[in-house]
Amino acid sequence: MTETTDNLVQAMPKGTSLWEDAFHRLRKNRLAMFGLCYLLFLIVLCLLTPLIAPYGYEEQNLRLGAVPPNAEHWLGTDTFGRDMFTRILYGGRISLLVGFIATFVALLIGVTYGAIAGYAGGKVDAIMMRLVDIFYALPYMIFIILLMVVFGRNLLLLFLAIGAVEWLVMARIVRGQVQSLRQQEYVEAAMSLGLSPFAIITRHLIPNALGPVIVYTTLTIPNVMLLEAFLSFLGLGIQPPQSSWGVLISYGVETMEEYPWLLIFPGLALTITLFALNFFGDGLRDALDPKASKD
Amino acid sequence: MWRFIGFRILQAIPVILAVITVTFFLVRAAPGGPFDSEKAVSEQVKAALEARYRLDQPMYEQYLSYLGDLLQGDMGPSFYYPGRSVNDLIFQGLPITAELGLYALLIALIIGCAAGVFAALKPNTVQDYLPMSVAMIGICMPSFLLGPLLVLIFGIWLDVMPVSGWGQTMGDKVLPSITLGAMYAAYIARLSRSGMLEVMNQDYLRTARAKGLPERTVVLRHALRGGLLPVISFLGPAFAALLSGSFVVETVFQIPGLGRFYIQAAFNRDYTMILGTTVFLSTLIVIFNLLSDIVAAWLNPRLRYQFRQ
Amino acid sequence: MLFTRARLFALSVTLLLAACGGSSDSETRVEVGNREGVFHFGNHSEPQGLDPHIVTGVPEHHILGALFEGLVTKNPYDLSIEPGVAESWEISDDGKMYTFHLRDNAKWSNGDPVTAEDFRWSWQRGMSPILGGEYSYMYNPIENAEAYNSGQMADFSQVGVKVLDDYTLQVKLAAPTPYFLQLLDHYSMFPVHRATIEKFGSPDDRLTQWAQEGNIVTNGAFVLTEWQINSHLRVEKSPLYWDADEIKLNAIVFYPTENLVTEERMFRDGQLHRTEEIPLDKLIAYQTEQPEITRVEPWIGSYFYMFNTTREPLTDVRVRKAVAMAIDRELIAETVTQGLYIKSTALVPPGTVGYNPPKTFDFNPEEARQLLAEAGYPNGEGFPPMDILYNTHEDHRKIAVAIQQMLAQNLNIQVNLVNQEWKVYLDSHNNMNYDIARRGWIGDYVDPYTFLNMYITDGGNNKTGFSNARYDDIILNLAPAELDRDKRYALYHEAETILLENMPILPIFTYQYKHLFATSVKGMPDNIMGYYNYKYVYLEPEA
Repeated sequence: MTETTDNLVQAMPKGTSLWEDAFHRLRKNRLAMFGLCYLLFLIVLCLLTPLIAPYGYEEQNLRLGAVPPNAEHWLGTDTFGRDMFTRILYGGRISLLVGFIATFVALLIGVTYGAIAGYAGGKVDAIMMRLVDIFYALPYMIFIILLMVVFGRNLLLLFLAIGAVEWLVMARIVRGQVQSLRQQEYVEAAMSLGLSPFAIITRHLIPNALGPVIVYTTLTIPNVMLLEAFLSFLGLGIQPPQSSWGVLISYGVETMEEYPWLLIFPGLALTITLFALNFFGDGLRDALDPKASKD
Repeated sequence: MWRFIGFRILQAIPVILAVITVTFFLVRAAPGGPFDSEKAVSEQVKAALEARYRLDQPMYEQYLSYLGDLLQGDMGPSFYYPGRSVNDLIFQGLPITAELGLYALLIALIIGCAAGVFAALKPNTVQDYLPMSVAMIGICMPSFLLGPLLVLIFGIWLDVMPVSGWGQTMGDKVLPSITLGAMYAAYIARLSRSGMLEVMNQDYLRTARAKGLPERTVVLRHALRGGLLPVISFLGPAFAALLSGSFVVETVFQIPGLGRFYIQAAFNRDYTMILGTTVFLSTLIVIFNLLSDIVAAWLNPRLRYQFRQ
Repeated sequence: MLFTRARLFALSVTLLLAACGGSSDSETRVEVGNREGVFHFGNHSEPQGLDPHIVTGVPEHHILGALFEGLVTKNPYDLSIEPGVAESWEISDDGKMYTFHLRDNAKWSNGDPVTAEDFRWSWQRGMSPILGGEYSYMYNPIENAEAYNSGQMADFSQVGVKVLDDYTLQVKLAAPTPYFLQLLDHYSMFPVHRATIEKFGSPDDRLTQWAQEGNIVTNGAFVLTEWQINSHLRVEKSPLYWDADEIKLNAIVFYPTENLVTEERMFRDGQLHRTEEIPLDKLIAYQTEQPEITRVEPWIGSYFYMFNTTREPLTDVRVRKAVAMAIDRELIAETVTQGLYIKSTALVPPGTVGYNPPKTFDFNPEEARQLLAEAGYPNGEGFPPMDILYNTHEDHRKIAVAIQQMLAQNLNIQVNLVNQEWKVYLDSHNNMNYDIARRGWIGDYVDPYTFLNMYITDGGNNKTGFSNARYDDIILNLAPAELDRDKRYALYHEAETILLENMPILPIFTYQYKHLFATSVKGMPDNIMGYYNYKYVYLEPEA
């Protein structure tokens, strides 16, 4: 008898929280896990770059010129004789840095703006969202190019310019979330219980809104990186001697016939990283809400 | 319905005005006037030039004069090409960019919808994973990487495609259109797939199937309409994105379109050209977004019903 | 089923691609051009305009040389002067009075005859202080031209240009200027059609439409027939040109091929007869494997950096010399520029019509370090970071990157690289808003004076803060008055030595130009100015 009861108890599913559920679903998504592992590996690699890079970042060997991958230079060298493995590592640092920071800027602005609009509701909300609509309609590429051309290229401006473009969707999402959550019964219950708005926001609204925010953040990073790569390709983004992957790719395009490795490796690095970010982001979204439509 | 349209049009006006104002002052803040040159120019000459272009007036006055001209459809003379007006230049570059965008959009729609619908029919099988992974490549590989690669493979190694130009050699429109369309094909594939998935299990489809209709009819006549709705809403932003994407493609393939004009104008500090192009493109985008919203609303029976009231 | 639709779709796409392809089977544009006498010219950038008194660039120069003709032209083989609109001329003994006899059958493209008055009026416009043509300094050798151009003198009749009759023009110079005839072949001294200009507005107004397709009236061997911005510009043989029988080309099409990598591919695709550039990385391959289409020849140009001598620590000549001596020009020339550029330690390219510039220094890192220490920065300590400014171009970037590294290695100082687009770069340059700036100067005519002229005190092109009284005296007074070439060269030599001793500029290279030419092109020989005379050009279809 006891054995059967034990079996029964074992057979019953354990209660799980929202997060555990999500994590469980995520683990099952192999593509997303691959993405996550790759990203962690990349981040570690980039953090450790100054220690592990075999050559100096700007170390030139003019007489050597560009050589294909060999034992001394695992990914070959560029036309100045600089080691490509080193340059791709350093380039990754910059590309990821721009990606994370600009996204963070966008996140900060977007979440604050959206939360305020969503919570306030009414006229305030209407006006704030109207503003968002206005900005959304602008051809952002044109403005970014103009900004970079007008004010010169420096890193800080790049972050701001890119961040200033990406916060819009974040604001919309957060506002939508906050708005719908605000009307949920448990929030009403909390309010009637006398919880302060601050407590409501921190303990109920934000954790529940967090899901889509995390997902969208993860999906914004690759967009930002693409944007930075494009600007660098035009000559407006990162300036020499620093290089991001976008800069390396633009150099690689110039010489892609004679020295294809100068294009292939940075190109692969960027594409695979974007892949990983997108898969992971998709996985997160599926995990947190399997019924959410893609895009 | 008409109130909805009217309201949206009214909303569009401050947007455009904001664009004009922001761009105007941004451009004026730029270092590097349009008349700097390698050979030294005397002060007298510079003064004469600035007077001619109204640069010696206070900013505020310049702004108002510009607005006035704009209302009459005159976007002013180009600073960089003496004797040419901005209208001239824009309308020379526009048809080309429009054509490029159209082909790219067609490619994106056809390939994207086909792939997405196809994948949605058998979710989570190879039929699904394969097209979606390829679509992911389209999203993750920037056009300035894809374009040169296509040129390398088809233009040089295989030598079956022209390397650059637009309308000068037969077939030179293929590669640029594909390059530009690729990314949006990917997005559309994903959108249509998810749209279809949502719709496929709906009750009204089950009814259709129960009635004995062949699967093909079920999909084509009933599912598609609802499933492709997200694609239609995407068209507005897609148009804007296509315009931006054309900058790169036009540069890579040396296409004399509006995007390339714009980049040159920015680098050349051609104030009026920059302003004109920005205003023009923004207006186009606003209009397109408006149209896209209207069409989406009309197609979505729920929304349409709401507006009827 | 849907499968069938997919298959059908795939099939049609493949067919489409196949139909569009096959460009390798049909005739290339160059082959068609060879047959039809149409020259496809890669011209680097879209011309800003076609008004000879306003434009400034090399792409415009190529087009204007086809559309207009000046008093004289040059022989492309030896750059000797040949009659243009002027059939003959006399020069007075003191070298200051030129009398030109214009031919009576030179016509504008609308049938009007080209007269001496056309030249007088055009030159007045060219010198107009209000029009502000940037090449107006070309007129300076003419008596009182400078005064008129700077606005100091309002009466043009005081300027040394007189119309003696319809076909006789007399020019009086301020000093015997041995290279004066060469100046006349520069587009800034071409004639323009008065009636056309006045039809579209004031002659002093830059913005009129007189120089547009359909409006422009020209007097050269070719006329403008088509101009699509950013696409191409087409000129065709003019039946009214006085020497039309000698012209063998039927048309020239100019393409704005800005991207030099794409331009090279277009050439390989058989779309261009001539390219403006060759990508550096392919240079050696072309020179070794296809020398018959590769032209790499000395070009009268100097590639150097400028020092802003008004900014610390560049105020100290020892610092400037140290920087100059820390750069291994030969290494960069060999490796980065693939032998394209030639190391130079002077301003004027050596061999410029027999002139040999002085040599005051060379690559010497030890001495450089010593000088730097003497100036107060032993081993680069305390040396403030500086910017090297260059205009956006792949070649300039590569050279700057190499130099940056050499300065770090040899002097232990840090320099940053800043690149700006042409317009912004010019602004910075003109306002002396830089530490070290890259500069290139192509001679406007073949005489060392075109280089040395730049560095007079407050000269419009001297944006370094350099000023030396003796230098000014030589350049402004002594040299132009000296008729004897050897004596004049000795003066030049002295002036350049002064310049180099003070080092406001950092000489790096002399130029060679690099072009690809299809083998069917004849009559475009190499010369030190990179000068083309379309009268001599013809296309020979390959057998």
